[in-house]
Amino acid sequence: MAKTIMTADDSTSVRQMVSFTLREAGYQVVEAVDGKDALSKIKSTPVHMLITDLNMPNLDGIGLIRNIRAGSTCKFIPIIMLTTESQAEKKMAGKAAGATGWIVKPFKPDQLLAVVKKVLG
Amino acid sequence: MMQNPRITYKEEAIELLAELEGSLLELEENPGDSEIIGRAFRCLHTIKGSGSMFGFDDIATFTHEVETTFDLIREGKIAVTAELIGITLSACDHIRSLLEASDGGAAPDKEHGESLIASLKKLTGNIADPPPAGSSEYMDEPEQKASDIPEASDISYRIRFRPDRHILTTGFNPILLLNELRGLGPCKVVAQINEIPPLDEIDPEACYTYWDVVLTTNHGANEDVCTITVDIIDDGEGADEEEPVEVRLPNHKKLGEILVEKGDLTPDDVNGALSAQKPIGQLLMEAGVVDPGLIESACAEQEHIKELHRTRQANETISTVRVPADRLDTLVNLVGELVTVQARLSQMAALQNQPEIIAIAEEVERLTENLRDNAMNIRMVPIGTTFNKFKRMVRDLAEELGKNVVLETVGAETELDKTVIERLNDPLIHLIRNSVDHGIEEPDIREAKGKPRHGTVRISATHSGAFVLIRITDDGAGLDREAIHNKAVAKGLISPDVEFSEKDIFALIFTPGFSTAEKLTNISGRGVGMDVVKRNIEALRGSIEIESRKGAGTVITLKLPLTLAIIDGLLVKVGEGQFVIPLPIVQECVELTPVEKAGSNGRDLAHVRGEIVPYIRLRERFLIKGQAPQIEQIIITGACTGKVGLVVDQVIGERQTVIKNLGKLFQYVEDISGATILGDGKVALILDVPKLVEAEVEVAQGTCIH
Repeated sequence: MAKTIMTADDSTSVRQMVSFTLREAGYQVVEAVDGKDALSKIKSTPVHMLITDLNMPNLDGIGLIRNIRAGSTCKFIPIIMLTTESQAEKKMAGKAAGATGWIVKPFKPDQLLAVVKKVLG
Repeated sequence: MMQNPRITYKEEAIELLAELEGSLLELEENPGDSEIIGRAFRCLHTIKGSGSMFGFDDIATFTHEVETTFDLIREGKIAVTAELIGITLSACDHIRSLLEASDGGAAPDKEHGESLIASLKKLTGNIADPPPAGSSEYMDEPEQKASDIPEASDISYRIRFRPDRHILTTGFNPILLLNELRGLGPCKVVAQINEIPPLDEIDPEACYTYWDVVLTTNHGANEDVCTITVDIIDDGEGADEEEPVEVRLPNHKKLGEILVEKGDLTPDDVNGALSAQKPIGQLLMEAGVVDPGLIESACAEQEHIKELHRTRQANETISTVRVPADRLDTLVNLVGELVTVQARLSQMAALQNQPEIIAIAEEVERLTENLRDNAMNIRMVPIGTTFNKFKRMVRDLAEELGKNVVLETVGAETELDKTVIERLNDPLIHLIRNSVDHGIEEPDIREAKGKPRHGTVRISATHSGAFVLIRITDDGAGLDREAIHNKAVAKGLISPDVEFSEKDIFALIFTPGFSTAEKLTNISGRGVGMDVVKRNIEALRGSIEIESRKGAGTVITLKLPLTLAIIDGLLVKVGEGQFVIPLPIVQECVELTPVEKAGSNGRDLAHVRGEIVPYIRLRERFLIKGQAPQIEQIIITGACTGKVGLVVDQVIGERQTVIKNLGKLFQYVEDISGATILGDGKVALILDVPKLVEAEVEVAQGTCIH
């Protein structure tokens, strides 16, 4: 069965690119427009992996990761942060919140797929 | 289908700009509202982030500066002023004009952008200048290889992977890392479980296991191994240690060996004593000094290194066996004979209808097939070496002609019979020369036609069933159908009022003495080439085909049999004699009725669907005695200039045919290319149809008397 990956990003174009790339590679994709949306969608449909932006309205990426790691449904899924922040402290914050890894924007579809393959197996 | 992401990005950016402007205006009213500042920052952030991802680098760079300012505002380091808002608003306009410019609008004033950034910088007062974004952690990592480790040679590593206890709560699966390590080369993994606490103390979410890994790889120490995985989990205690294992061959002799050599002991004594002795691992374990898991990992390492040595030694001995080609030919001949004998055995077994014999015959059949495939495989060599020679040739040729030509090769690893490759060399050289000389245009002409200045010639080799397809593709001028037609008419090869298909027209260039090039060069164009190419390819039992579009290029496809020793043939019967006609040249089989024979008035012509096809009566040609049946069969072949029929008594069917040479005594027999032994032990002759037709034409013209 195809694995389901959620992309949470307030930018339509990024979401579109991520989900297009992943669908082409045979994954199922759930899109969420911000952290809050992501959290409520994850509660109803569990996913195998999350790719999230850090800067989002309503609930930001760090908050989203913290919520997921504290919850029960998808506690152990790999979470990849998508971010333009290359500063170390942001990464550390994400890591502390429980992120599995991060990709710094801009990235190419191949790079995204390589990372997904790496953490999803 | 997905909408072009660039378009989506533009739409989104315009929305974001509107939102940003709204926030800025609101901010002017309430300069201290952190929520509005956050909103403005996010807008800028998204414009920048997505911008660089979809190739709007100018927007990304510019927006980055504005974003930096707002980052400072967000952190409370600078205050919101009317001036700042004014500058940011004009920055919005600038971003918008950059967006429009990418749509083909007027190019925005670059200086304007720079002056905006300058005034922003003045406001922020160089409080902070964070490094520009855009570097990617994962992608940078491989460049930091340990430079002291030579890349290509295999190095064995001893790796202990002891992840942080809480690794599972970061969504990371250690098994994936181990699998990845396994993918790097020969690898042994031993899980260490001695740290797992008793059941009532276990935290089910923690990872207590750690792993000892022995890995032999030619990847650098820090190349791929620890990109995402180790770097991210290294906030725990010592995650990963790597040290090259010194690989030492046990050159020294063991005590027992020395004693035996000196004659002090017999080998049996030593072995007896040794069997009583416990392995060191067991001794240590019993003494309680080490944990069984650790012994296991040490043993695994020992084993791993031993295996490595074994394979290395094996490789050294196996990789170079040079055998003279004629020995291989003998082998292939013998295998061919075996195939024939096996066919007889199978036939006999089927006739006797005894289950035991049938079982044996089937086993022999299976073995023979394997043996045949193996023997054929030995003769196979990759075509790549031939390809490499062409690169140089194309380069020199292009230089001489003042053209820019790139030669691409695909499928260099495709294997073909050695003899085929050797005999393919000249035809390929000719075809590639043709492509470079006639196909690819001069750089200026190419540019005028809207093509890149450098032309591309591509040779590709692919397998297709029992054949190999070799394609020579160029993106040059293509064949001019009209010119070929006119030339053929002028030379009297075809009549002007007959319509020809494109394929037929292109086939004309294989006619001897045909060249449409306006000027002759010393490379090609004298019209002595293509017919020779065709003859060479046909001698290899291959075929040649041309596709071309004027202005776009030409594709020449050579279809060659994988091997010369075994062919697909059509077995036919004339009187008591049996003949094999190579199947690739057979087009169809039709009946020759007495009515038709009478209708052609003894001129040996048959009507096949409105076409007149001349035929050769094999019965007459080979002086076979006996009466022909009422209805004979014509095998229509298309080997040479046109269709020619061969009249036989009976068509038996398709056969895999092992070719045997006729030997010295028959070396001047031209119509027969070889012989094969049939399942019932009889011999069938293999016809060389082009030669047969040639000879017949000569007889008809009276130039040769048989």
